[in-house]
Amino acid sequence: MASQNSDDSSASILVKNPTIKFTKLFINGEFVDSISGKTFETIDPRTGEVIAKIAEGDKEDVDLAVKAARQAFDHGTWPRLPGSERGRIMMKFADLIEENAEELAALETIDGGKLFSMNKAMDIPQAASSLRYYAGAADKIHGEVLKMSRELHGYTLQEPIGVVGHIIPWNFPSIMFSLKVSPALAAGCTMVVKPAEQTPLTALFYAHLAKLAGIPNGVLNVVSGLGSTAGSAISSHMDIDAVSFTGSTEVGRKILQAAAASNLKVVSLELGGKSPLIIFDDADVDMAADLALFGILYNKGEICVASSRVYVQEGIYEELVKKLVEKAKAWVVGDPFDPKVQQGPQVDKKQFEKILSYIEHGKREGATLLTGGKPLGEKGYFIEPTIFAEVKEEMLITKDEIFGPVMALAKFKTIEEAIKRANNTRYGLAAGIVTKDLNVANTVSRSIRAGTIWINCYFAFDNDIPFGGYKMSGFGKDFGLEALHKYLQVKSVVTPLYNTPWL
Amino acid sequence: MASRRMCSLLSHSLTSPTSSAALFSRGNIGRNIASPSRGISKYSTAAAIENPVDPPFEVKHTQLLINGQFVDAASGKSFPTLDPRTGDVIAHVAEGDAEDINRAVAAARKAFDEGPWPKMTAYERQRIVLRFADLIEKHNDELAALETWDSGKPYEQSAKVEVPMLTRLMRYYAGWADKIHGLTVPADGPYHVQTLHEPIGVVGQVTPWNFPLLMFAWKVGPALACGNTIVLKTAEQTPLSALFAANLLHEAGLPPGVLNVISGFGPTAGAPLASHMDVDKFAFTGSTKTGQVVHELASRSNLKPVTMELGGKSPFIVCEDADIDKAVELAHSALFFNQGQCCCAGSRTFVHERVYDEFVEKSKARALKRAVGDPFLKGIEQGPQVSNAQFEKILEYIKSGIESGATLESGGERLGNKGYYIKPTVFSNVKDDMLIAKDEIFGPVQSIFKYKDLDEVIRRANATLFGLAAGVFTENLDTANTLTRALRVGTVWVNCYNIFDAAIPVGGYKMSGHGREKGIYSLENYLQVKAVVTPLKNPAWL
Repeated sequence: MASQNSDDSSASILVKNPTIKFTKLFINGEFVDSISGKTFETIDPRTGEVIAKIAEGDKEDVDLAVKAARQAFDHGTWPRLPGSERGRIMMKFADLIEENAEELAALETIDGGKLFSMNKAMDIPQAASSLRYYAGAADKIHGEVLKMSRELHGYTLQEPIGVVGHIIPWNFPSIMFSLKVSPALAAGCTMVVKPAEQTPLTALFYAHLAKLAGIPNGVLNVVSGLGSTAGSAISSHMDIDAVSFTGSTEVGRKILQAAAASNLKVVSLELGGKSPLIIFDDADVDMAADLALFGILYNKGEICVASSRVYVQEGIYEELVKKLVEKAKAWVVGDPFDPKVQQGPQVDKKQFEKILSYIEHGKREGATLLTGGKPLGEKGYFIEPTIFAEVKEEMLITKDEIFGPVMALAKFKTIEEAIKRANNTRYGLAAGIVTKDLNVANTVSRSIRAGTIWINCYFAFDNDIPFGGYKMSGFGKDFGLEALHKYLQVKSVVTPLYNTPWL
Repeated sequence: MASRRMCSLLSHSLTSPTSSAALFSRGNIGRNIASPSRGISKYSTAAAIENPVDPPFEVKHTQLLINGQFVDAASGKSFPTLDPRTGDVIAHVAEGDAEDINRAVAAARKAFDEGPWPKMTAYERQRIVLRFADLIEKHNDELAALETWDSGKPYEQSAKVEVPMLTRLMRYYAGWADKIHGLTVPADGPYHVQTLHEPIGVVGQVTPWNFPLLMFAWKVGPALACGNTIVLKTAEQTPLSALFAANLLHEAGLPPGVLNVISGFGPTAGAPLASHMDVDKFAFTGSTKTGQVVHELASRSNLKPVTMELGGKSPFIVCEDADIDKAVELAHSALFFNQGQCCCAGSRTFVHERVYDEFVEKSKARALKRAVGDPFLKGIEQGPQVSNAQFEKILEYIKSGIESGATLESGGERLGNKGYYIKPTVFSNVKDDMLIAKDEIFGPVQSIFKYKDLDEVIRRANATLFGLAAGVFTENLDTANTLTRALRVGTVWVNCYNIFDAAIPVGGYKMSGHGREKGIYSLENYLQVKAVVTPLKNPAWL
C-alpha cells in the first residue's frame, strides 16, 4: 500500500503553513474578542497540534451579532438595494476570493486536512462561482401576478425572510459557507454564520473579504464557537427568522426542536446520508470501480453524499471486487499538501476514533474486510481506505453514517432487490446508478427515495442543481434557484378591481 | 436603477437652468462637461449650434466585422455616416450587402454548428459577457461620445445613462446564462417527459438608430446568454458604436463568428438577412412599415420566427386628480426624451378637461424652456434629429398639424441654420382624426387632447393601430387599476414614464410588434423548446 505519512510530506507542513490572520469573531463589520474572553483551539489534523486560538462565541456574542444583523435588515441598506447592486457587490466578493485562492486553499488544508490541490482547483473556485451564480440571480427574483376568480387584482411579492442563521459543517468549510451565504445575500437577508469549531479559519477570512467587497456592516456576521453554546443560541434565538443547517441528523433534530420551542423559525436541514451506489451487470467495470471508490474515498469519506453502500449485481460482482481492492490499495494517503496524495487525515481525533470503532463493529458483526481497516502512521488522524464485503442490511456499518473512508459492499440479483435494499435506510440524500440500460436508469431514478440521483456519474454537483435530502436526510435545498427561495418569503397582495375588461 | 437615473437626470437638468447662454469654445468637451456651474438656457444660441464641439475621440472601426475580423465589404463599397449637428461626414463605413450577409451567416453558422460557443459551459459564456461589461465600463466615455456624434443625442444622456445601461443589461443577461431551465413534464401514462431549452441557432438582428447601443444590448444580450450566434445589421444612420462595442466583446474572449456586425442599408443588407435560408430566427426593431416587409421576407423564405418591436403612438393620460406640475414635467419628458425619437414616446397627451387649460399653459412654458443645442455641451436636453430625412419628415408633420387646425403653442420650426435641430413643439386642441394624432412622428412634437371621463379616454387611447406603451397619471388606486387593465399596450407606466430596467419586458400589442424584449421573457425569443419523451418501465410514481 502506497498509503503513508512520509517524512517528505512532514517537511512540507512547515513550508506551506499560512499565517493565521483572523481569529476573532466578526460582528457588525469588526473583528472582536468574545465577550467572555474565551478562546478554543483549532487543530491541524495532520499532527494534532494547535494552529491557533480562536475567539469562542457563545450566547452573548450571538445576541450581539443578531442585533447587528437585525439592525442591518430592519434599517440598513442591504435589503433596500436593487438586486442588481447586491449582485455587483457579490461579484466583487467572488473576485476577491479568487485573488486569495492560494491562501484560502492552504487554510482549508491545515484546518480540515483537505487536499490542497483539490481546494485550489475545486473548493475555492466553487465558493466564488456560487457567489457569481446567486449574484446573477439577485435581479431575477420574480413574484407572480395571480389569476383571480372574481374582480380582484392579486400578486405575490418575494420578500427577503429577514435575519438568517447559518450553521455550517467542517467537511467543506468554503463551499458550505458560500452555499449558505450567497443565496441569502442575493435575497437581501442579513445573517449570522457559525462555522464548525473544527474549521473556523476560512469563514473568518471570508468575513474579511466580504467587508472589502463592500458588504455593509452587520449584513454578514461570523461567530465561531461550539454547537452546544453558539449553535444552540442561534437555533433558539427569538430574533432570527430562519436557520439553515448542514451537519449530522442528530444535531439537525436538536435545531428543529430549538426552533420549534422558540419562535417557530423556518428551518432547512441538510443532514446525514447513507447513499447507495447501484452497479448493474451491464456496467463498464473499470468505470464503475472508479466511481465506487471515488464515491467513498473523496474528501476522506467526509461527505454527506458519500456512496457508502455499494450494491453490485451478481454477474460482475467478483470482477468488480477484484478491481476495487486493487484500486483501493493503490490509493495514496498522506500529507494533503503533497500533490500526489489522494487522501489526507480525518478532521479530528473524535472522528478518527469514531471511524475506527465502526471498523471494529464491522469486523465483529462478521462482514468481510477486503482491504484497509487500520489507522496509518504514528501522528495525525490518517485511516486506510477500507472495504467491507458481504455486509448485511442489519449491520451497523450498513445502517449508520460513518463519515470516513469505509465502504460497505453487497451483492444483489434483481433490479427489484436493488431498489428495495437501496431504500432500506432512514436516509435519502443521494444515490448512484451505473448502467447502460435506459429503462433501468429511468426506473431506478424514480424508485429511489433520495434527493439526488447520479446516473453513470457521482458527485456531479452544479450551481444550478438543487441539492437536499428525502426522509431523515433533511429538507430544503442548497444550490439552484430553490436555495434562493429558502431565504424568501411570499407575500400575497390583493385589491378589488372595478370595471375590468378581463379577469 | 439606470433607467430611474434616466428620469432623475432629466428632471435634475431641467430644474436648474441658468439664465445665461454660456458660450462653449470648440475643443475639449471633457472640460465643458466637467464644469457644473455652466448651463444652457432655452434654445442655445446660434453660436453654439454653428460651432459644434469637436468630439474628443477618433473613429476606430468602420469595416464590417465578420468571423472575428474587420473586413471591407465584398463590393468594396462604403457609405458616409453623418454628424446630425452639421450634416458633415464623420466617416466612411463599409457598406455590406447580400454577399457580406452570406459571408457573415456562414461564419455564424459554423460558429453555431461546430462551436465552441453553444458547447461552452454557461459559466464560461457568462464570464465572457461579464468581462465585456467591465470593458464597456472602462470605455464608457469613448462609447458615449461615439453614440452622441453619430446620433445627435445629448452626451450626458449617452455617458451617464445609456452606456451604463448597456453594461447593466450585459450583466443581467450574463446572469441568465446558467439559469435557463427546461421542465420535466407530467404525462398521462408511463412516460418520462422533459423539455430542453436549446439555443435557436443563427440569429439575424436589425437595430434602429435611436438607441444604437441599448438596442444592441436588447438584441445581443439574450441571444448570447442562450448560446446562439448572431449576424447583426445596424442602422445606416448610426453604425459606429456597435462596431466599437462588438470589438470589445471579442477582446473579452468571444470566439470568432459568434457575433458578426454588418453596416448597411435595409433593402440591400437587412432584406437578404431577413430572407436568408440559413438564419433560424430574426429580430427587428424599427418602423411598423419595415416590420411588415421583414415579416413577409421571413415567411416567404424559411418561416423563421420574427420578434418585432415597432412603432407606437402611446397615450399619456392625465387624470383630474393629478398633481399638474408633476404631470406636466413627466408628460414633457415622456415625449421629448431623445429628441422625441422613442418608440415609446408619449405622443398623445390626454388631459382631463378640468385641468386642461392649466396643463396646456404649463406644457408650453416647459417646452419653451427646453435646452436645445450641441449635444456635447453640458446641460443640453435636446440635440438635433438623427438625419435630414427625419428632420424633413417631422417638419412636414408640423405643417400638417397647423393646417389641420391644431393650435401651435410653441416651436413649429427648425432651430438655427445648420444641422437638424427642431424647436420643441407643442400642439393643443388636437383632434383624434388629425394626422398628427394618428401617425408616429418620431420627433419633438407633443399633441395635447382634452377628455371628459374615464370610459371616453380608454376608448380614444385604444383607438390606434399601435399598442406599445401608455402613461397613467393619477393618485387614485382604482383609476390606476382600471386604466392599467383597459389599455391595450405592452407597458403601462403609472406615475412614471420611460422606466426601462433590465428585468422589465418591453414589447407591443397590435401593430407595435410581436414578442417581448428584456426580462425573462426575452429569453424565449432565442430558445427552441424540445420535448423529449421515453416510456417508463414499472415507474414508482407518475
